[in-house]
Amino acid sequence: MKTITIGLGTCGVSAGGEKVFKAFHDELKEHPGTFQIKETGCVGMCYREVLVEISNGGDVSHMYGDVTPERVGRIVDEDVIGNTVIEDWLVSGAGREKGFFENQTRIVLRNCGKIDPGSMEEYVGTGGYQALEKVLKTMTPESVIDEVLKSGLRGRGGAGFPTGTKWKLTRAAAGTKKYIICNADEGDPGAFMDRSVLESDPHAVLEGMIIAAYAVGSDDLYIYCRAEYPKAIARLNQAIGQARRKGYLGKNILGTHFSFDIKIKEGAGAFVCGEETALIASIEGRRGMPRFRPPFPANAGLWGRPTSINNVETFANISWIILNGGAAYAAYGTADSKGTKVFAMAGKVRRTGLVEVPMGITINKIIFDVCGGIVNDRKFKAVQMGGPSGGCIPASMCETPIDYQQINKTGAIMGSGGLIVMDETTCMVDVARYFLTFTQSESCGKCTFCRIGTKRMLEILERISIGQGTMNDLDNLEELSLQIKSATLCGLGQSAPNPVITTLKYFRDEYVAHIQEKKCPAHVCASLLTYTINDKCTGCTVCAKACASNAITGSRKEIHVVDQEACIKCGKCFTVCRFDAVDKL
Amino acid sequence: MYSVSGIAMLSTFKDFNLMQEHSNEEFKSFNVDVWQHDGHAGALIPLLQSAQNTYGYVSEQAINHISHVTGISQAEIYGVVTFYAQFRTKPLGRNVIKVCNGTACHVNGAKMVYDTVQDELNITYDETTDDGSFSLISVACLGCCSLAPVITINGEVFGRLDATKLRKILREAKKRARETAVQNN
Ligand SMILES: Cc1cc2nc3c(=O)[nH]c(=O)nc-3n(C[C@H](O)[C@H](O)[C@H](O)COP(=O)(O)O)c2cc1C
Ligand code: FES
Repeated sequence: MKTITIGLGTCGVSAGGEKVFKAFHDELKEHPGTFQIKETGCVGMCYREVLVEISNGGDVSHMYGDVTPERVGRIVDEDVIGNTVIEDWLVSGAGREKGFFENQTRIVLRNCGKIDPGSMEEYVGTGGYQALEKVLKTMTPESVIDEVLKSGLRGRGGAGFPTGTKWKLTRAAAGTKKYIICNADEGDPGAFMDRSVLESDPHAVLEGMIIAAYAVGSDDLYIYCRAEYPKAIARLNQAIGQARRKGYLGKNILGTHFSFDIKIKEGAGAFVCGEETALIASIEGRRGMPRFRPPFPANAGLWGRPTSINNVETFANISWIILNGGAAYAAYGTADSKGTKVFAMAGKVRRTGLVEVPMGITINKIIFDVCGGIVNDRKFKAVQMGGPSGGCIPASMCETPIDYQQINKTGAIMGSGGLIVMDETTCMVDVARYFLTFTQSESCGKCTFCRIGTKRMLEILERISIGQGTMNDLDNLEELSLQIKSATLCGLGQSAPNPVITTLKYFRDEYVAHIQEKKCPAHVCASLLTYTINDKCTGCTVCAKACASNAITGSRKEIHVVDQEACIKCGKCFTVCRFDAVDKL
Repeated sequence: MYSVSGIAMLSTFKDFNLMQEHSNEEFKSFNVDVWQHDGHAGALIPLLQSAQNTYGYVSEQAINHISHVTGISQAEIYGVVTFYAQFRTKPLGRNVIKVCNGTACHVNGAKMVYDTVQDELNITYDETTDDGSFSLISVACLGCCSLAPVITINGEVFGRLDATKLRKILREAKKRARETAVQNN
C-alpha cells in the first residue's frame, strides 16, 4: 500500500500543512484502503512547503512541493490511484532543486523529515537508542568522553567550546549531585535549527542528553526551551513520556543501576537567558541576569552544583558519534572545526530552510550551490552570521570556509547557525541599527557599558539613518564599540557591537552616503527617500486621504503629485497604494 | 488604547473591575501544585506562567497569591514579572496579532507589515483597540523565517506577506471580529 507522508513541522503547518493533511483524510474516506497517511517533521526544504512524499512501500518515493488542499484531489486520483506521477509538481521536477540535497551531509538532520517524530518505534527503527545501550553496557564514562574528544565536536550554541572537554571538567568537578542542561532557548531572531530538530527528531536530543548524563555522572537533566516553540515543547513532552515507558528514562535504566530523569523548563521570553549563567538563574526562578565567570557552570552551575550546558544541535550529534566513532565524525571538516554544521537559511536567498553541510565548505557554496543563489537574481551583497552577536561578511569575502577560526577572522562568528542573506536592497546601516535595537532592548541592565553604551550607539545609528549623522559619529561608534566589548560582563554585551563593527569595516561608504549625501543607497531608510507618484496612478485618492501632512494633491481619476516640501517621508502613501504607483528613491 | 505590558503595573492595581472578575474560589484553580511538587524557588516562573495561562495575564491578585504560597516577596515577584517579555500585567484584546520582527522578517519587509497593520487597526505595538477586539504585539522570530515576513493572528500563521495580501487578511479578521461581537450581544 502507498504511504503519503506530510511535513508538519512549524514551517509546514504555517504554509497550510494541516489543511492538506485533512484533505488527504477526506480523500481516504472516499477511497478507503488505497493508501495510508503519515506525518513527519521538517526536511529543510521550507521554501517548498507544504511537502508531501508518496512512497510505494519500498525505498522508492517521490516528493511534491507547494501542495495546497486544492491539489490533493488530483494527486490522489492520478498518482496514488492512477500510478502516474505529476511531473510538474515534483520538487525535483526538471532539475529544479538540483544540488540542494546532493551538497549536504546529514548527521544532525539524519531523521528530520523522514520519521514520524511522534513515534518512538520509528526512531528506534533507524538505530535509535542503540548508542545509549552501547554506552551503558560496554563503555565507561571516561571512554565516552574520550570518544567525544576524539570527534573534535565543538559546542553548536555559539561559543564553540569543545564538548568533550566540558564534560570532562564537569565529571572532574567536586560533588556528587550534577546536572545536565540542554539549551533550547534559540534566541537568535532568524535562526530555527534547534526548533526543527526538536520538532522533527526529539529522541535524538534526549538520547544525546542521557549519554552526556552518564558521561559526567548526573541523574538530573533539564531542557530549557523557549515558550515561543509550543510544538517543540509538545514533542519533547511526548518523547519523554515514551522514553519513560520504554525504560530509557527513570530508575535502573536497561537493567543497570543508573537512573536519569528529564524535566522541561519553559523560558519566558528573554534573549539573554540563552547565556548559560542567565539561563541557570532563570531555571532557579530569578530574573535572568548573567553573572561573572569563573566559576564556570562546570564547577558551580544550577543550584551551585557542577553543570554541563550544551546546545540542542550539540546533543543531536552525540549518538551518531558513539555509533560511528569519533574518528568518523572528525573525518569531516577542517583541522580546527570538525564534523558538520546546520544552517538556517533566510533572507534574500532562493531556497530558505535548513541545510547541513560539512565544515570547511565555503559560504558561496552554501548560498549558490546548495541554496540556489539570490532571489530574483539580484546582486548578492553580504551574509549575516551569528545573529545579534555576529557580523556581516561581504560578498567579496564569501570564499571563506565554514570554520570557527576563519569566520572569526572576518569579524563575524559561527554563532548558532542563522545565516541571513542580503542583497542590494538591504541597507547595512539599517541592519546595524536593527541589531542594536534588539541587543539594547534585551540587555539585562546589569552592567553600565552594556545598558548605556548600547543605548548611545543606537542613538547614533538612528541619527545616521535619518540623515542627521556627522562624520564624527563614525569615530564615536568605533570608540564605543571597543569600550563595550572590553568592559561588559557577558557575551551579550561583549558581542553586541559586532554588527556595527563589521558593517563599518566593510560598508563604510554606505554610512558616508547617509551622512554626507543624505541618501540611503539601498532605498530602505525611510527619511532619506523621495516619494513620487508614477503614471500607474488611477486617481483613487486613497494616498491623498492617508497623507498626514496633506502633501499629496490631485483630483479623482487624475495622476496625483507629491509636494516634496510638505512631505514628511512617512511612507504611508507607499503602503496604502494598491496600484504600485508610488515610487521611492 | 492602553498598554498591555511592562511598567503599566501600577495602574493595574487600581483596576478594581478586573480584579473583581476573579472570586477567591475561582482563583485557586491555577496550578499552585507546581510549587509543592518542585519544592524549589525554581517554581516561581512556572507558577507565573500558569497564572497567565489561566487568566490571560498576571494580575495583582495572582502576585499576592503566589507570594502567599511561596513566601517570596511581592516586590521580588514583580521584578521577575517585568524582566520577562512573556508576562503581561494587563489583559489582551480578544484577538492577538503578533508581528515578527526577527532578522529574516526585518530584511524581508517587517516595516511594511507594521505600517499596514497600524494603518488598518490604528494601534501601535503593545496596544489594544478601544473596543478591546485587537491587541498588537511585536515578537522576535516566530521560527518560520523561511516564510518571512510573517504575522500570526490568534496563533494562525500568515506568511510571504505583501501589503495587498496583508490588508485582505486584516479586513477579514476585522469582519470576523465584528460578527462575533454581534453574536455575543
Ligand atoms: C547573549 C547570549 C545568548 C545565547 N543564546 C544561546 C542560545 O539561544 N542557545 C544556545 O544554545 N546557546 C546560547 N548561548 C551560548 C551559551 O551561553 C552556551 O555557550 C551554550 O549553550 C553552550 O552549549 P554548547 O557548548 O553546546 O554550544 C548564548 C550566549 C550568549 C552570551
Ligand atoms: S524572523 Fe520572522 S519568523 Fe523568524
